[in-house]
Amino acid sequence: MDKLLKLLNTNARLTDAQMAVMLNATEEEIRAAVARLEQEGVVRGYKPLIDWEKTGEEVVTAIIELRIAPSKDEGFDGIAKTIMSFEEVEGLSLMSGGHDLMVTVNGRSFKDVAMFVAKRLSSLDGVLGTATHFVLKKYKERGVLFTDEEQDERGNL
Amino acid sequence: MNYDKLLNRTLAEMKPSGIRKFFDIAAEMEEVISLSVGEPDFQTPWHIRQEGIHTLEKGRTWYSPNAGLLALREAISGYIRRHSGVTYDPKTEVLVTVGGSEAIDLCFRTLVTPGDEVLVPEPSFVCYDPLTRMAGGVPVPVVTRAEDAFRLKAEAVAAAITPRTKLLVLPFPNNPTGAIMPREELEALADVLRGTDIMVLSDEIYGELTYGREHVSIASLPGMQERTVLVSGFSKAFAMTGWRLGYACGPAPVMQMLTKLHQYAIMCAPTTAQYAAIEAMTGGDADVEKMRDEYDMRRRFIVDELNKLGLTCFEPEGAFYVFPSIQATGLSSEEFCRRLLEEKHVAVVPGNAFGDSGEGFVRISYCYSLKHITEALRRIGAFLKENGLCQ
Repeated sequence: MDKLLKLLNTNARLTDAQMAVMLNATEEEIRAAVARLEQEGVVRGYKPLIDWEKTGEEVVTAIIELRIAPSKDEGFDGIAKTIMSFEEVEGLSLMSGGHDLMVTVNGRSFKDVAMFVAKRLSSLDGVLGTATHFVLKKYKERGVLFTDEEQDERGNL
Repeated sequence: MNYDKLLNRTLAEMKPSGIRKFFDIAAEMEEVISLSVGEPDFQTPWHIRQEGIHTLEKGRTWYSPNAGLLALREAISGYIRRHSGVTYDPKTEVLVTVGGSEAIDLCFRTLVTPGDEVLVPEPSFVCYDPLTRMAGGVPVPVVTRAEDAFRLKAEAVAAAITPRTKLLVLPFPNNPTGAIMPREELEALADVLRGTDIMVLSDEIYGELTYGREHVSIASLPGMQERTVLVSGFSKAFAMTGWRLGYACGPAPVMQMLTKLHQYAIMCAPTTAQYAAIEAMTGGDADVEKMRDEYDMRRRFIVDELNKLGLTCFEPEGAFYVFPSIQATGLSSEEFCRRLLEEKHVAVVPGNAFGDSGEGFVRISYCYSLKHITEALRRIGAFLKENGLCQ
């Protein structure tokens, strides 16, 4: 059901009936396939893409690179478990390249985020160094443009 | 100066395109949401664009041979052999043109002698009738019907043939109806044509865009290649409308004349576009498949929604249009489109722009994102409801 995933990834709010029409399946088949995807953990959840800029709410996002000394027993997983339990942490990935973990953090202000890094992340055992990058402007997220839509230049036959 | 006297009479008396008219009104309005264009919303696949860019960087900006770059003609020949099973000699049977449109015009001007009759299925794209007239020919409409899934019936063609019939236009998959011609219908048509000297202008510009079953070219049927000029191009399948590139393939004696006329009128098709097109012909199949899958999802969605709104819609199997009936509303096509535009700022094209038999229908394009289509359908629904036009 590769096509179903693609469709959900474009717009997860389509109804089962709409997806059934578009994929030439029955509603029942779609419902079962979606249930299976959820159960198998292929689909982990559904969320809107929010452009916080437009809400007036102050949301500061930072991407933090962490260099880690992996522990003998658990490698990177032990410290990753600790970091992902922080509710400020939006995303966490193990990286190839110059640093080891990449943490995405949301806060209400620059200071908020900087303090979080200083107090909660830097102080963890095994953290060798951090580099914090603040997001200044979001152009595109998960394939969706966060700028105003381009004018449709078509208009001929 | 009295321009009225100067102008070519046939041209001056010709009706302007009914599609154009609605675009012009829509262009004047604010916040119009359109379902009217006849070109892909996709950009030309990057690797094809890149080929164009590379040749510009290398400075390959000269004329090409009149018939087109030989490498492109070879690629076109290979492409058609691969997809339709028909073999054309790239040296004598393939001509690269400025869009499929030029190829269509060349066919009329090459084959029509003043007074000749040209059979034009209706509804169909707006150019066949005027171009036939400009060549001095007499267009003879052959009506296709919703109850026949807008297929061209062999009996209707047989009934329209006279001793003056020179050419049959075969525009399938069809704009505006989305109809296709399945093999059995083509067989029946070929049976009618084989015993005659009538040529077929098979406009297969939407040939790659069929859903569910493969497009069949009439040229692939026994005895038909010798009486067919196959016209197609890059615009629709490869999202290359602005490159203006198409082609015609047919019997050498006919192609020789098309090429002669093309040489005098055009010289050659744009060279940059030709280089890019080689890439499309040789490495573009996966792009076409991807776009086709996307169109197919939108097609199913839009047909289902329109039927739910009470605008009954036969299931189109090709191109990227749906052609719902608006007869239940009691409005004429033009009235429906004008009011929908004025009241809800949604632009669709009245069916009668594609011939009188398109009256009672509108053409809706699904060359738009699902989000855009959803919003347009919501407005159409509100339009129908507020005016008590359908349930």
